[in-house]
Amino acid sequence: MNQFSELTWQGLWKNNPGLVQLLGLCPLLAVTTTLTNALGMSVATILVMVGSNITVSLVRQWIPREIRIPIFVMIIAGFVTCVQLLFNAYAYGLYQSLGIFLPLIVTNCIIIGRVEAFASKNAVIPSAYDGFIMGVGFSLVLLLLGAVREILGQGTLFDGADLLLGDWASILRIEFIEFEQSFLFIMLPPGAFVALGLILALKNSLNAKVEAAVVPVQIIEKPERARINKVS
Amino acid sequence: MFLSVSPSPHRVGHANVSAVMRNVALATLPGVATLFFFFGYGVLIQIVLCVLTAMLTEAFILKVRKRAITPILKDNSALLTGLLLGISIPPLAPWWIAVIGVAFAVIVAKQLYGGLGFNLFNPAMIGYVVLLISFPVAMTNWPVPFEISQYQLSFFDHLSAIFTGVTSGGLTVNELRQTVDGVTMATPLDSLKTDLTLGLTSSESQTKNVFGSFAGLGWEWVNIAFLAGGLWLLKLRVIRWHIPVAVIASLMFFSFIGYILNPDSHGTPLFHLLSGATMFGAFFIATDPVTAATSNKGRLLYGVIIGLLLYVIRNYGGFPDALAFAVLLANITVPVIDYYSKPTTYGHRK
Repeated sequence: MNQFSELTWQGLWKNNPGLVQLLGLCPLLAVTTTLTNALGMSVATILVMVGSNITVSLVRQWIPREIRIPIFVMIIAGFVTCVQLLFNAYAYGLYQSLGIFLPLIVTNCIIIGRVEAFASKNAVIPSAYDGFIMGVGFSLVLLLLGAVREILGQGTLFDGADLLLGDWASILRIEFIEFEQSFLFIMLPPGAFVALGLILALKNSLNAKVEAAVVPVQIIEKPERARINKVS
Repeated sequence: MFLSVSPSPHRVGHANVSAVMRNVALATLPGVATLFFFFGYGVLIQIVLCVLTAMLTEAFILKVRKRAITPILKDNSALLTGLLLGISIPPLAPWWIAVIGVAFAVIVAKQLYGGLGFNLFNPAMIGYVVLLISFPVAMTNWPVPFEISQYQLSFFDHLSAIFTGVTSGGLTVNELRQTVDGVTMATPLDSLKTDLTLGLTSSESQTKNVFGSFAGLGWEWVNIAFLAGGLWLLKLRVIRWHIPVAVIASLMFFSFIGYILNPDSHGTPLFHLLSGATMFGAFFIATDPVTAATSNKGRLLYGVIIGLLLYVIRNYGGFPDALAFAVLLANITVPVIDYYSKPTTYGHRK
């Protein structure tokens, strides 16, 4: 496996930030009430991750080890501010519906985790790819959770897509069932915890199959059973 | 004659899970009958619906988990969960409320934790709380007792109201809740709470016709009937006295203090004891052997916590009745209570 396919495998499945590292639970649970919110959060997170990974990788030679964390946080905060201003300008409805969770991307552990663990030790191109693919892995979980919660909670999909994609996108809205009242439990954080738990269970039950399909079978010689107590 | 030569104890009880659950279910009968008397066939329809859903969901999830279906269904625990939730749901709530609540209770609150005996929280109350926070309007729509209700409903009116939302005569559930004066009334606890926020004193509020001679109209008799069923359970020694007595005593104590300090903004202790789900909760919900504390000292503390929470949430919380929240919050404390209330073994000195 070359470096890029290894990174892809790590980011999307083996070391998925949402399902395996369980990082960034705050946005994962709080903003996935609808698919549109999840999509907006995904775009924002990927942009910040790619941007901060590239920047940190570029300047990694000049960052003193002792104060690296504050520097990383400042770089990430810079990108988050950019993204926040972009959302404010081009997707104001979504900006309002994401609310505090957009600036809170600064504190998302996935980003500082990738910057610290990968970008500060690797060249620019792999770092950019790592940020991108980890972001995609996180986004897939966000989108899945958003879709499940939106369908179960209010019976629709892509509700409010026009907030993110412009007016034409209101045709994307699909209504599966018309609910008299939305199922509030699913829309509130406890529902997110339950749904995330079920997705985790699903991932774990599929894990063996997927790993067998992706990772080429390596023949590992079984070591001889060592004798622990010496028999003289 | 069979001679046991095992070490003591030589006399063992022969209670099994199935018989215990069956006795608890039977003990709810006086309460259910009283509810039926005051609120009509809807009560029975909800209970049947809930019990059926509970059995079907339990059978389904046991099949998924590859467990033996019939022996586990025969332990009556799913039946009891369905029955307790069915009693708690308002009689005219739409059918899918019962189905969602019971399915959530059995699947998430009970079987995902590992089945009977492993659940941390009371399944019926988890189902109830999920419903209450998801569909607050439908879950607080209790009708008024038949004496002051404007419409007298037949069995088919109830059936049609539950499954379609309107009766055969075209009346919606909200219209069915009107009193003879044409006013929609809430439960006694709910109207007391609303009136207090409107600036009425509690004695002014209690002149309304939903209040009976000493607590809520109808509700006082429902509570007394559940009390009778609970006493029968005590006599059968299915439950012990510690939890119900502690719940009732602490609720009485705290509501007495509140009433003494500020009689205008609190119900009387008797009103609290005989309103809402107090007796039903004290004898049937809080005493669940799986989720309650296990030592006698622990049981007393657990009951006191429930009584205190019941009083605090009823008076200062956002919901009119608080039994489900009180029991679930007390369930969380059970591991700690059990840890600190271990009885000392015979012969040990402290």
